[in-house]
Amino acid sequence: MSTQHSKKANIFVKDTAVVDRHDATFWAVRSKRDKMAHEVPEWEDLRDAASMIKKHTVTHLADYLEKFAANAEKNGVHVHWAKDADEYNAIVLGILGEHGVKKVVKSKSMLTEECCLNDSLAAHGIDVVETDLGERILQLLGVPPSHIVMPAIHITREQVLECFRGHGIIEKEGRKAAESMHGDLNTLIAEADPTFLTRCARYHLRDNFMTADCGMTGANFGIAETGEVVVCTNEGNADMSTSIPPLHIVSMGIEKLIPDYKSMAVFQRLLARNGTGQPTTVYTSHFRRPRPGSEMHIILVDNGRSDILGNEDHWQTLKCMRCGACMNTCPVYRRSGGYSYSYFIPGPIGINLGMLRDSDRHYGNCSACSLCCSCDNVCPVKVDLSSQIYKWRQQLDSMHHADPMKKTMSEGMKIMFDHPDLYTSALKVAPVANHLPDWLTGMAMKPWCYGHTMPVFAKKSFHQLWKSDLKNKN
Amino acid sequence: MTTKDTILNNLRRNVREKYDKPDLSFAKLEYSDPVAAFIQTATTAAGAKVLEMQEGDDINELIRKSYPDAKTIASNVPGIKADRNPDEVCKPQDLDGTDVSVVEGTVGCAENACIWVPQTMKQRAVCFICEYLVIILDRRNIVNNMHEAYSRIEMPEMGFGAFISGPSKTADIEQALVYGAQSFCGVTIILR
Repeated sequence: MSTQHSKKANIFVKDTAVVDRHDATFWAVRSKRDKMAHEVPEWEDLRDAASMIKKHTVTHLADYLEKFAANAEKNGVHVHWAKDADEYNAIVLGILGEHGVKKVVKSKSMLTEECCLNDSLAAHGIDVVETDLGERILQLLGVPPSHIVMPAIHITREQVLECFRGHGIIEKEGRKAAESMHGDLNTLIAEADPTFLTRCARYHLRDNFMTADCGMTGANFGIAETGEVVVCTNEGNADMSTSIPPLHIVSMGIEKLIPDYKSMAVFQRLLARNGTGQPTTVYTSHFRRPRPGSEMHIILVDNGRSDILGNEDHWQTLKCMRCGACMNTCPVYRRSGGYSYSYFIPGPIGINLGMLRDSDRHYGNCSACSLCCSCDNVCPVKVDLSSQIYKWRQQLDSMHHADPMKKTMSEGMKIMFDHPDLYTSALKVAPVANHLPDWLTGMAMKPWCYGHTMPVFAKKSFHQLWKSDLKNKN
Repeated sequence: MTTKDTILNNLRRNVREKYDKPDLSFAKLEYSDPVAAFIQTATTAAGAKVLEMQEGDDINELIRKSYPDAKTIASNVPGIKADRNPDEVCKPQDLDGTDVSVVEGTVGCAENACIWVPQTMKQRAVCFICEYLVIILDRRNIVNNMHEAYSRIEMPEMGFGAFISGPSKTADIEQALVYGAQSFCGVTIILR
């Protein structure tokens, strides 16, 4: 009866303090997003515009991609095309090999997670250093992200301290970090002070920026009219990664394209407000040409996206700009955590993208939805997330993933509701259950009785009350 | 068939219904005093300092007063006294250890305190590698919102530009807001 998601969620919810903190953290982000929305009078116009720009672009994507690639090449950028993850990883390895790259500094990119790039590079002896603080912490801990925008939110400051200590970062950078804050090293360590830990990471990553042979970034947006890519960060790690090493590789999903600067203004206003509840990210960086004396490559990755376009029910997932608003608002995500989902992108959008990637592996996530539709109401590009999850559920039976017990119950209920006499007789005997011991009803109704007691059946059914009431009135 | 053709053909084959580009002429956020709104956002949400230059002020003195402990200043802005010039260093790594970089912004945006900083120097690392960044902005170039900002910005010959709004930030450790993640720890905007 339990799905993959509910089994893993069951482990997560055992520690109520962790669940409460997780829930409160993301609800706070959702509230900040609401505040931002209320400060912009044209908020709904922006959402409509964003949705329509994406609908327009993805239904003219071949033309826009040609335009984008031609303009990027005119700007002196090398453009590559990858149909899937294997081809993408091979292209990256090819470019790195040509330049004799030993170390890569990398700015956060969900596409590289999707294609398992880090594993591929490590297997070829290339040192990859994630430079987003959260991603770096996870990389050093050897665990995957649990959220697409705030990947390490589930890790405590004490865990970060232990991790940095284990990797010699505190020993190497602690003194300098404490000095920069005019603080006492031992006190800062004892408190696992977040500023201190961030400073330690700053100096640790600074060394890597100085010595890397290549900087890799994702792309939040590609602009067809100018052939440039836009990368948005708060930490400035994409800018550090690309302004020092002599090689810049951009990995971009083909659906990231938008037509022009006019469209860009709409998305710039929506991305951070929806993602983290800030009016903007600190950096909105536009990369059009390689730095003097360096090379810039853009790899355009399909990996299933052109097939999704043909999917009548799910093509609008291509509008998604990965802001994370749908997971922040999702009551199931907030209380079950990112690791309960089998796909690397959790929450409502992740349920859909996982099913599109491999339904046999990820159908267990479809239960992680109460159909409250909160995600639909916050999504800045108006992806119909919950309707899509509902549609997946309708297809589970034909995919042979329907739960046998639920199926039997549904069939039983169909018989009962198709036969009013049977229904009425069943209702008449239902109050008998009130007198049965809890353990017996609990066993019969398992697992519906987890976390709640059996309801008390009324002595008189609604039908009976209605009829007697009518009689009295007459 | 090349991968490019495979992808483009698949996309063309899979389009079900084509949608038009939307009309973006809806009314947008405006302020009665965009400069005041810009200063308000810059000093609160963005976490920057703003200095309004008065007649007779010496810009080098303002910078010196803002960062009295700075040992190394880097800039290629004409008239700015600097120890390092991002046009003349051999490699970007030579700019490491810069205390203060001074750059020029061309457009400021009131709604989010973004300032467009185009790459007008050989090594753009100067904009990010420093401990503190000073951005000089003409108050007449402050606009209401990002729609106006995007209609005004120009991409320089170097092919890079960034909207910057305050210092580098992170909240990756237990949601505690910390200034100075990988890039500069503080920003001073000089409005002239």
